[in-house]
Amino acid sequence: MRAGRKRNFAPYLMLIPWVIGFIIFKIYPIVISFVYSLMEYPILGDPEFIGFDNYVHIFTNDDVFASSIAATLKYVLIGTPCVLVTSFFVAYILNFKLKGVNLFRTAYYIPSILGGNVAVSILWIQLFDINGPVNMLLGIFGVNPIFWLTDESFAVITLILLKTWQFGSTMLIFLAALQNVSQSLYEAANLDGATKLQQLFRITLPIITPMLLFNMVNVLVKAFQEFNSAYLITKGGPNYTTYFLNVYIYDQAFMNGNYGYASALTWILLMIIGALTALVFSSSKYWVYYND
Amino acid sequence: MNRVSRFSLNAAFRYGVLIVIGVFLIYPLLWMVGSSFKENLDIFGTLAILPPKGRGTLENFKSAWQIKSDHTLPFYFGNTMKFLIPKTIFTIVSSTITAYVVARKKFVGKKFVFTAIIITLLMPELAFRIPLYLLFRDVGLLNTFAALYVQDIFAAGTCSFFIFMEIQFMRSIPRELDEASVIDGCSDLQTLIYVIVPILKPIIITVGLLCFMWGMNDFQGPLIYLRTPDKMVMSMILKQQLDGDTMVVYGKLFAASFMALLPMIAIFFAGSRYFVDGVANSGGKE
Repeated sequence: MRAGRKRNFAPYLMLIPWVIGFIIFKIYPIVISFVYSLMEYPILGDPEFIGFDNYVHIFTNDDVFASSIAATLKYVLIGTPCVLVTSFFVAYILNFKLKGVNLFRTAYYIPSILGGNVAVSILWIQLFDINGPVNMLLGIFGVNPIFWLTDESFAVITLILLKTWQFGSTMLIFLAALQNVSQSLYEAANLDGATKLQQLFRITLPIITPMLLFNMVNVLVKAFQEFNSAYLITKGGPNYTTYFLNVYIYDQAFMNGNYGYASALTWILLMIIGALTALVFSSSKYWVYYND
Repeated sequence: MNRVSRFSLNAAFRYGVLIVIGVFLIYPLLWMVGSSFKENLDIFGTLAILPPKGRGTLENFKSAWQIKSDHTLPFYFGNTMKFLIPKTIFTIVSSTITAYVVARKKFVGKKFVFTAIIITLLMPELAFRIPLYLLFRDVGLLNTFAALYVQDIFAAGTCSFFIFMEIQFMRSIPRELDEASVIDGCSDLQTLIYVIVPILKPIIITVGLLCFMWGMNDFQGPLIYLRTPDKMVMSMILKQQLDGDTMVVYGKLFAASFMALLPMIAIFFAGSRYFVDGVANSGGKE
């Protein structure tokens, strides 16, 4: 009887660390961050409540914000499809019964493990140097050297290429989903005389749409928060074309010490991420197929 | 064309595509390794990975090793380990305990806890950065390595993802095992340690490896929380090499980058058989 009573408390005791962490590191920051966004909060001196002035200033009087939002959206809206299409295409090819698939699978995953490292950002700067290997390769096909990092129309492409280069983990999730598709569906389709292309669009794609939704949200949310590559490779330039919101927030908070203004920027970014995620989810009933 | 030759033509085509993609993915890394053995003038203007015959040099590694006049590269690697080892251990322990309770135990508020974990999983990390910085400033955690792992003691930070991964995995473990251990007189904690953890081994290794590698890659965390030169970690010292106002020795830059990535590549190959599957299943396959 005693032992039985004691057992009932064990789950609560084991959850105590999580509860503390949830309150201190999740609930408190999110609440207080909204409060900060309504304040003028300099490094020195006391924070002062100013209502929605930060937000008003951001939307009416901040050219850097406008450029930053444009750069972020461009990166997210081009980068996300690039990653998803590449991941799906490679997973699709890997899903055929070929010898050595595991070797390729592992090799393709390496860039996504290393990709966020500063060392890779350093490498990317040199790869896309005016005399770097990328321009050398293009030169073979008669393309004139491109100023990847300093040309306003190419800088963001350089960063999107780095993002696409790290498609491995997204690809692995697609591949796991593809390997779960029942072989009998394809056999039936073969008997009915469906071509491989028809099978791709009528069987494979519909069945993996739940994983497509998962990957899409995941890649989208991460892309909105991109920092390392923009901060290290292009330093936000040229002319703010890669000055992503996360870099702007970092500069406002930790370089200029405007914690209130930076918090307001953070909340705007959160709202955008939330709105786009909600849009993806609410549209999903039209294109995600659940086989229950 | 008969079936067999059409099949092998198809296979050849697919291998061709796979190899071309593989070259695009791996070439940059090989070029980095090769360039770390080159002199400055041999690095650019060529696609070659290896230095020209007779011109290879180890000088870059010597100067990258002595990366600063007062400290060698291992000093900064050591600093990285000072937060990364506690971070990985705390992450594994706190995530596993939390996942075990949520996946296996009945208690009031279970649904709330699970929903809260999913929501924190979806919340952008960015949302917490400024408040946590100010909190750490006020409690004196700035410029300490603890700022980078204190959240993991309490299963916060990036733990939500790992908790979710472990819950998914635990669903495939038969409940009869827990019940049998209860009949044998084990407490919840004993059941976790002696029954569940051994089965969880592959996923725990995955959690540990991913946590470790993400920590190695983390740049913004150290950038914000660590201030003084004696606390600098690898990612920061690499970044500093880019800022130098003297002429950049590219070979040294590559050698330092290569050495920074080496431990990760080694760990990757040691653990890839575990976590390639772990990541593949993180999409919620049941």
